[in-house]
Amino acid sequence: MTTASAAEVAELPAVQPGQREPTKHKGAIVGFLAPFMVLFIIFYVFPVLYALYQSFFKIQRVGTFGVATTVFGGFDQYRRIIVSSEFWASIGRVLLLFVVQVPIMLGLALVLALLLDSTLTRGKKFFRLAIFAPYAVPGVIAAIMWGFLYIPSLSPFSLTESVDFLGSGLVLWSIANVITWVFCGYNMLIIFSSLQAIPQEIFEAARTDGAGQLRIAWSIKIPIVFPAIIMTFVFSIIGTLQLFNEPQVFRTITNSVSSTYTPNMVVYSTSLVPNYNLSAAYSVALAIATFILSFVFLKVTQKRAFA
Amino acid sequence: MSSKTAIATATNEPSPSGATGPREHALSKILATAALVVAAIYFLVPIWWLAVASSKSLGNLVTTNGLWFSQPFQLFSNVSDLFSYQGGIYLRWLLNSVGYAVLGAAFGTLFATMTGYALAKYSFRGRELIFNTILGGVLVPATALALPLFLMFSQVGLVNTYLAVFLPSLVSPFGVYLARIYAAASVPEPLLEAARLDGSSEFRAFFVIALRLMTPALVTIFLFQFVVIWNNFFLPLVMLSDDKLFPITLGLYTWNSAVQQAPELRLYVIVGSLVSILPLLIAFLGLQRFWQSGLSAGSVK
Repeated sequence: MTTASAAEVAELPAVQPGQREPTKHKGAIVGFLAPFMVLFIIFYVFPVLYALYQSFFKIQRVGTFGVATTVFGGFDQYRRIIVSSEFWASIGRVLLLFVVQVPIMLGLALVLALLLDSTLTRGKKFFRLAIFAPYAVPGVIAAIMWGFLYIPSLSPFSLTESVDFLGSGLVLWSIANVITWVFCGYNMLIIFSSLQAIPQEIFEAARTDGAGQLRIAWSIKIPIVFPAIIMTFVFSIIGTLQLFNEPQVFRTITNSVSSTYTPNMVVYSTSLVPNYNLSAAYSVALAIATFILSFVFLKVTQKRAFA
Repeated sequence: MSSKTAIATATNEPSPSGATGPREHALSKILATAALVVAAIYFLVPIWWLAVASSKSLGNLVTTNGLWFSQPFQLFSNVSDLFSYQGGIYLRWLLNSVGYAVLGAAFGTLFATMTGYALAKYSFRGRELIFNTILGGVLVPATALALPLFLMFSQVGLVNTYLAVFLPSLVSPFGVYLARIYAAASVPEPLLEAARLDGSSEFRAFFVIALRLMTPALVTIFLFQFVVIWNNFFLPLVMLSDDKLFPITLGLYTWNSAVQQAPELRLYVIVGSLVSILPLLIAFLGLQRFWQSGLSAGSVK
């Protein structure tokens, strides 16, 4: 946890340590930190610890109709997770989505950001806002809307009559399309903002040497904005692993999405049983998976990102 | 792509069209513009379809071309039907969402900014530990928090109340991260020293001087926190059972789930979706001057 974020801190030379003595303004520091930290501890730190605590208990019954009592179960819930084929299937699904959808979305975002940053086109303000607009549409609403566009009877696109976008074979990619549609513009904007911050003088020498836009983009712009791309990747890891809204909405229009389609849906459907202890263990496993993936990703890319 | 490289690199001789800025071959410009037009169509057509569909009768939704208007044009009667359906529950959802998002983002931004400012401008023991822990919070799946929160809230009787959705949404770890970067970059130390010499308290220096200098960051944090809360679905789904407390996302979701039983709901879901995305679109368009500069500050490393 701290190591993963330490890697992020490493890329923030903008944050300078203050020049003050450690004890100066103690009251003010506490006053500034208190409101956020109190809420952070109650609504972030404590729930994580509580889930961890819950995950080590189990419900025990004497006979089929006996009184249920909660007893310490050690790693019993985690043993159940290891053999839960539904959970691993859901993990596999989001990993597949991550491997395919995230690179496509971020590649598209990068290309669009470079185009908007280049001197090649007019009407950039319009294009920028058009690409960003879907971010203002909540994931649930976007899924409902695309759901209508996928249903042959409602869709304005005749393609839906020959291709079953909601069938079990394609529905994962139909969901991927909804996510790409909503978040591409957001990622584009993060990369674009980073591009805009590059001083123009850097390109002068390259232009004098006769480098075209594409060469400048590849050799100068992309390396400079690499940390921003890494940031969008980490956010996408988190977002994909905790995918819930879009597939949950799709459940209302197709049978191809099961109640355990993504890890978060497993957590939710287990809590509906209700089996809070197992559900808490799933939450913990998911949080750990997110940490590990984000951390490994930051480690692997660190050399290139901060070179 | 490779042909484009060749073209782009080969264009070193002066071209008549490029009066200002670097000169590029016309073909590169056409390709770039074409790519952006295709992208704009992809991103805007679903919203266009939603707007067109909202103006139709229930029957025309299925029988007419989805991408163009049909007679009768009944957008306004659809909207008024939407607002009166089921005793005006839609307006209630809309106001709930506005309440959750405006109050949550406003207080959340203030708290995050105070913390980010303190982490940037004071040095004290445990500062990096606090910052790293908060950054770790960015990585915690928000949905992994919802269930333990439900169990905690059920013990104190907060489940199925406004507070159950409102309180957790006050915390924005990413806001602290942005605020710290921005405070370090935009609030000069000498200015704070001058304020101190004038006898100003630390809080006064923050509220009078620092907050003003950090306006772009404040707008950025506010807007993105607003979006997070406005989009919130899992937490209300877990916490709320009384539909009077629902935010718009959960409300429209329940309507959409009931379309099979009540076909007229389909039109209300469509019109309701359109109405629900307008406030955010307007907020983003109206405030873009602020959040764009705030965003670039956040991404400069």
